[in-house]
Amino acid sequence: MNNLTALFSGLIFGFGLILSGMINPAIVLGFLDLAGEWNPALLWVMAGAISISAIAFHVAAKHQRTYLGLSIRLPSSHTIDRRLLTGSFIFGIGWGVAGFCPGPAMVMAGSGSTKAIIFTIAMLVGMGIFEMWQRGNRSVA
Amino acid sequence: MMNNWIQLPWSALAGGVLIGLAAALFLLLNGRIAGISGITGGLFSLRRGDVGWRVAFILGLGISTYIWQQFFSLPAVQIETNEVLLVIAGLLVGFGTRYGSGCTSGHGVCGVARLSPRSIVATFTFMLTGFAMVYLLRHVIA
Repeated sequence: MNNLTALFSGLIFGFGLILSGMINPAIVLGFLDLAGEWNPALLWVMAGAISISAIAFHVAAKHQRTYLGLSIRLPSSHTIDRRLLTGSFIFGIGWGVAGFCPGPAMVMAGSGSTKAIIFTIAMLVGMGIFEMWQRGNRSVA
Repeated sequence: MMNNWIQLPWSALAGGVLIGLAAALFLLLNGRIAGISGITGGLFSLRRGDVGWRVAFILGLGISTYIWQQFFSLPAVQIETNEVLLVIAGLLVGFGTRYGSGCTSGHGVCGVARLSPRSIVATFTFMLTGFAMVYLLRHVIA
């Protein structure tokens, strides 16, 4: 059952990315291009998405378990460390180069777009490199 | 451009609402944050009982254009970045989102929605970096 609801959530998430235009890197880069013909679309997407999910987090805060009886797992870390900043900085560089972030890239890869597939494979390799680097660090420490 | 201003905000807002609904469903049913990089990156650890829902969510994303096209046409998508830069960008996005524990969905939408200071800082960081990068590529180098 929880796999089915995950599938459904992913599907609706994908529909949202399609309808909002966020699967189009040109629109995302248009938002990031403050000195060009700035396109505010991403702000509207975030406004819609944040307001709805804020309600859900408000509801979730009053519960221990989900409607499927699963435990609610939220990140517990509160420290703003170098990892968070460096990682977000590196992500921002890549985002600014291609206009793709993970969700839209995988939606477009699913549509068969060669360029999105290339980006997605590189992204998975990047995640794999991170994973190996982490394990290396752990075994040294 | 005028046309963009009139048409885009409504579909962008409605699309955002759908993204918010998906995140809400996922939170209230599966008890998880709908952070795409976290869901995907978690697959590299291969913990038992932790794989199925991740694959299912990604599958949902992957088939979304196919299902969408049974009812509507897909909006135009322009990917103008060349293949070499796409590979570099992909590597950076993959590594950076894992190192920084989130991307536009996990930090930018879910984290900001629950007013997590970490996510608000992360979102400012990747947005400012994105602004700077596009400025550099479009207005300084080009």
